[in-house]
Amino acid sequence: MAEIIESGGGGHKKGGKKRPKKGSTRVDMTPMVDLAFLLLTFFVMTSTFSKPKVMSLVYPAKPEPNEKPAEPINNAITFLLTEDKIFYYEGEFRATPGDGKPATKLSETTFGAQGVRKLLADKNNFVLKEKAKLEAKLLNKEIADSTYTRMLIDAKKNRASLKVLVKTDVKASCKNFIDLIDELKINDIGVIAPVDMMASEEKLLNAEIEK
Amino acid sequence: MAKLNMPKSAPSIDMTPMVDLAFLLVTFFMLAANFKSDDPVQVSTPSSISDKEVPQKHMIMVTVDPDGRIFFGATGEETKKQIIATMIEKRGLKLNKKQVEEFVKISSFGCDIAQLPAYLDHTSIERQQLKWTIPADSTNNQLREWINVAHQAALNTGKKEYEDESSKTKDKLEVNDYKPIFVLKVDGKAQYAKAKRVIETFRDLNINNLHFVTSLEENPYKKQE
Repeated sequence: MAEIIESGGGGHKKGGKKRPKKGSTRVDMTPMVDLAFLLLTFFVMTSTFSKPKVMSLVYPAKPEPNEKPAEPINNAITFLLTEDKIFYYEGEFRATPGDGKPATKLSETTFGAQGVRKLLADKNNFVLKEKAKLEAKLLNKEIADSTYTRMLIDAKKNRASLKVLVKTDVKASCKNFIDLIDELKINDIGVIAPVDMMASEEKLLNAEIEK
Repeated sequence: MAKLNMPKSAPSIDMTPMVDLAFLLVTFFMLAANFKSDDPVQVSTPSSISDKEVPQKHMIMVTVDPDGRIFFGATGEETKKQIIATMIEKRGLKLNKKQVEEFVKISSFGCDIAQLPAYLDHTSIERQQLKWTIPADSTNNQLREWINVAHQAALNTGKKEYEDESSKTKDKLEVNDYKPIFVLKVDGKAQYAKAKRVIETFRDLNINNLHFVTSLEENPYKKQE
């Protein structure tokens, strides 16, 4: 301890050398401790630890006025989002039966591991399998990092990979939308297109909600 | 029987270890802290697995709060100075020097252009009480104007910075690092329709690559490994 205990001064003769009185060298630390804890409290209160992250999403460019409508894409799935509910159908939308195919029926699924994630994992099997293969190769050092990234992008662009269209109605919240996009990213969907909902789809969706 | 020898001086505790610990923690928090920004609204963002960090430079950010109010912000003092200078010129705004300084200081704002001088006169606490927003209707899309002006300003400052920094080093710098990044901070509870107005405004300006601010959550697939 930083303290020198004053000796009684016994044994000295009277009239000996006069020494300055030895005071205690102990420093009172209380104010310093106060300050330290004040600062500590301040920094604990004001600091935020988890830095926010960003999720990138590329929207399709707006079509030019006289541009031809895009060709129908194969292997597509369309999600219709409404307040905390999620519906989907596969392929093209048909309001009425035609070309020997029945009219589109909506199926409901849920946000979360058992619902939409499982569905996407099944449908996007091709890309996920490719990814697993590439990852194994990467681990064995058969391919380089850059090759891995390039090949993964190629796989995502492949005809066999799943394309996803996301359509939201007015009642859906941003959380619903971002949750769905997140699920798509988890399942490595390469082509994500948030597009407007058609009137006929909305009609079908509303009929489905009321059921 | 031995006599118990009580110390005569007042009992005292050695505080040194406690002080050591306190200062250690202070140092840690000081270094690790990144301060909460003084945003006019608190927005709770949804979570995603994305681990890309929010860029600190050349960012143009639009915030949508739970009620669908729209806020606009940009990073970089130089960029903000250019934005406000352009807007004063274009709109004939009358701002005094103090208001311009305030505009450069704040991280984001949300009000009609006509209300801007009054908005800047308020303190940051008063601003949280205001119920103002940036109009983004098709008839009066001021957001579009802000984004457009900010895009130009951010491109200019980014270009200047790129030239400055590449003249200093011999390394080849990535041009894309100096281009503005468009960030959308939406509250989870906000209606998508409101966010869509903002997204459509971006897309009208041919800005299709948007970034959504999210908090991090674990990738369920990585966890299994």
